[in-house]
Amino acid sequence: MSASLLALSVAELRDGLRRRAFSATELARAYNAAVEAARPLNAYITPTPERALAMAAAADQRLARGAALPLDGVPIAVKDLFCTKDVPTTAGSRMLDGFRPPYESTVTEKLWRAGAVMLGKTNLDEFAMGSSSTTSWYGPVLNPWRRPGDNRPLVPGGSSGGSAAAVAAHAAAAAIGTDTGGSIRQPASFCGVVGLKPTYGRCSRWGVVAFASSLDHPGPLTRTVRDAAIMLAAMAGHDPRDSTSAPVPVPDFEAALTGDIRGLRIGIPREYRRDGMPVEIEQLWRRGIDWLATAGAEPIEISLPMTEYALPAYYIIAPAEASSNLARYDGVRFGLRIAGESLEDMYELTRAAGFGAEVRRRILIGTYVLSAGYYDAYYLKAQRVRTLIARDFARAFERVDALLMPTAPSAAFAVGDNSDDPIAMYLNDVFTVPANLAGLPAVSVPAGLSADGLPLGLQILGRAFDEATILRVAEIIERAADFRHRPSFLAEEMR
Amino acid sequence: MALDKATVAHIATLARIRLSEAELARLAEELSHILDWVAQLEEVDTEGVPPMASAAALSLPMRADEVTDGNCREAILGNAPHTARGFFVVPKVIE
Repeated sequence: MSASLLALSVAELRDGLRRRAFSATELARAYNAAVEAARPLNAYITPTPERALAMAAAADQRLARGAALPLDGVPIAVKDLFCTKDVPTTAGSRMLDGFRPPYESTVTEKLWRAGAVMLGKTNLDEFAMGSSSTTSWYGPVLNPWRRPGDNRPLVPGGSSGGSAAAVAAHAAAAAIGTDTGGSIRQPASFCGVVGLKPTYGRCSRWGVVAFASSLDHPGPLTRTVRDAAIMLAAMAGHDPRDSTSAPVPVPDFEAALTGDIRGLRIGIPREYRRDGMPVEIEQLWRRGIDWLATAGAEPIEISLPMTEYALPAYYIIAPAEASSNLARYDGVRFGLRIAGESLEDMYELTRAAGFGAEVRRRILIGTYVLSAGYYDAYYLKAQRVRTLIARDFARAFERVDALLMPTAPSAAFAVGDNSDDPIAMYLNDVFTVPANLAGLPAVSVPAGLSADGLPLGLQILGRAFDEATILRVAEIIERAADFRHRPSFLAEEMR
Repeated sequence: MALDKATVAHIATLARIRLSEAELARLAEELSHILDWVAQLEEVDTEGVPPMASAAALSLPMRADEVTDGNCREAILGNAPHTARGFFVVPKVIE
């Protein structure tokens, strides 16, 4: 019984719980055991099994009364970048050693108010800076997928790699993550799950450990497109505590999954066809275009001329914002402190010991591009290029309703690969970063396997606040791809 | 754009991160490499293009100037590495 519970989607769990086919407590027990069984993946930093049981008991009482909340009893994992009251919140960094937030992030609070059950906090690249989930102070996350006949461990992508791995390995029914340059969509692609980055302002950033405030987006990672719609509905909404949170209504995303995309115009941006792109990714993209055309949509080739400049602009803007946001870690008010003779000594020693190599690199780059004499040449220049990138999209959306492109330029790579060359690692985000710069919604959906048997995602990008359309298109891809492959590591098979 | 060790040392001081000699040399090389790569933005004509600071197409919202929280000193001090009598404690800053 419990093994089959782990295979159910959020939509199926919701229905089963309401029918009382199983209880929330039974489900929480099964998932607590799954979290334990999945320990070899290092997907969780802090499991919260007791909290899960307490929340499940409360959900069971509501379910018994017939007063079920939208997500009552659904067990989810939380990227350890969201502050959770009294539960350690590390951001994958030694810097936040011992930190227990005295408050709850808006997005997690909304999820608990919707009845969701917290399984624990998931591992990530330190301060969400990375594309492999290997830079955490708590060790690397492993992808539950392996190449058939090859036992080398693979990365789950990043930075929300723990969340993606947990959902893929059935160690969470769904999870939440954050996406600053692809950190939800790229791990979703690498782990064969759905990852949705909503519009900037759709989900509150309040209580999320800040990386780059103008680029950070909370969003869900799920096993199905419908589950992403269900999760987003619970996470979204205006929050007066985040001044960039949008005061716009939250539509019924699930109702948007009509299965009908007839007449929808789908833009195919020619600049995403890059030299050296693996043939299998090009083929998958073509197949995706065919699937949408077969369903009655109209593919239209479009141009986004600024595409190649998105990544270098991002790697100025994101480190600049990070260097400012991470100035707060000074050893005074929370987290790590290394004693020093003077205040300056204490700051410098604390920050040297608390931040890992990639975080230090980005703080230093950010400090440099914001420093006197370089601000205009780097930071302002990148912000002007950002305007041009946003204009490219605005022009495209005069002609089309959504865009289709690959999520990532490769399948999951081996742990250790790309770690010597920061730019090789940065190139993972080449297809995902433009949506962050423009603040537009984008979703990655598993669409096929690479030649060596690893999942590959396709990405659908839409107009601001039009998550409904991209989810509708994603569901068509999901149906056509009929992706039933499972990773070699599944929690229920480990006991 | 090649950064020398002295420049990296200066940035590290601004960022309050203590670096060893060996780290300075390695970072000078890594950061130079990254700056060379982002320099491709110089190819883009941005004459007359306004900078974009955020995707939020909103003016900053106004709210009533009212106290919305407070009386949580214990909670705030609870995470501090060193406190005394309701204050954060740091090394002496005056001689």
